[in-house]
Amino acid sequence: MTPLEDYLLVSALLFSIGLAGALTRRNAILVLIGIELMLNAANLNFIAFWRYGPAPAALTGVVFAIFSISIAAAEAAVGLAIIVAAYRHSRTTDLDKMNSMKG
Amino acid sequence: MTIAFVMLAAIAAVGAVAAMLLRSAVHCVLALTVGLAGLAGLYLELGAQFVGFTQLLVYAGAVAILAVFAIMMTQGARAWAIGRFSTRWAAGGAIAAAVFAVLAWAICGSGVLAGAVGAAPSASVQEIGDALVHRYVLPLEIAGVLLTAALIGAVVVAMPGRAGGDKP
Repeated sequence: MTPLEDYLLVSALLFSIGLAGALTRRNAILVLIGIELMLNAANLNFIAFWRYGPAPAALTGVVFAIFSISIAAAEAAVGLAIIVAAYRHSRTTDLDKMNSMKG
Repeated sequence: MTIAFVMLAAIAAVGAVAAMLLRSAVHCVLALTVGLAGLAGLYLELGAQFVGFTQLLVYAGAVAILAVFAIMMTQGARAWAIGRFSTRWAAGGAIAAAVFAVLAWAICGSGVLAGAVGAAPSASVQEIGDALVHRYVLPLEIAGVLLTAALIGAVVVAMPGRAGGDKP
């Protein structure tokens, strides 16, 4: 059986990859995808701690992960809608060019 | 460490790295789909079948298609015109590497994580549904209201003529 540390390390790696993408990419949609990766890393932590925790029969980690996935889906929909609206305004999704609030 | 874990973790990590490194945005979303499918495999390996298949449906299905639609609506053929990384990419990469170093140091240095794991707990769909409509019924209702609000909000925000006023 794989120890808990390995799952946590994979989760930390995914979180760091998502953070690096969210901080460095220029395309706004890819920044949002990086944020999704970070949320998924957190979900992996929920499931791993549920499986290795003292009371897995309570299903707390599983239910928390399901709620987290549903909230992340809502976040993705609203985030992409904001990007589409910002694109309609400034005609680009390049974050280095979206540098003014008033247009 | 089992072979299945190594393979699934490698798929998830490689997909995530490719999603953040590839040049074309559509390729990035496809790589993200592969990575999130690997993550769903990790959920299945941990015994959380329902979460694993929900992950496949929601992320590898809905969110990926939504992202591809957003790319098509915003850039289309001009997606290559945007550079890959921002001008301050070195600082962002250094911050992410530092975060990973701190997290890995904390995980490897923690003594409370080492413990014997019992047999695989049962998390059938019936038990999850029972928990959702009994113990977690209030969060479930709130999540439903939030999803409805997000649906309406996304339509309103993306509607033409709202933001900026210029019609496409």
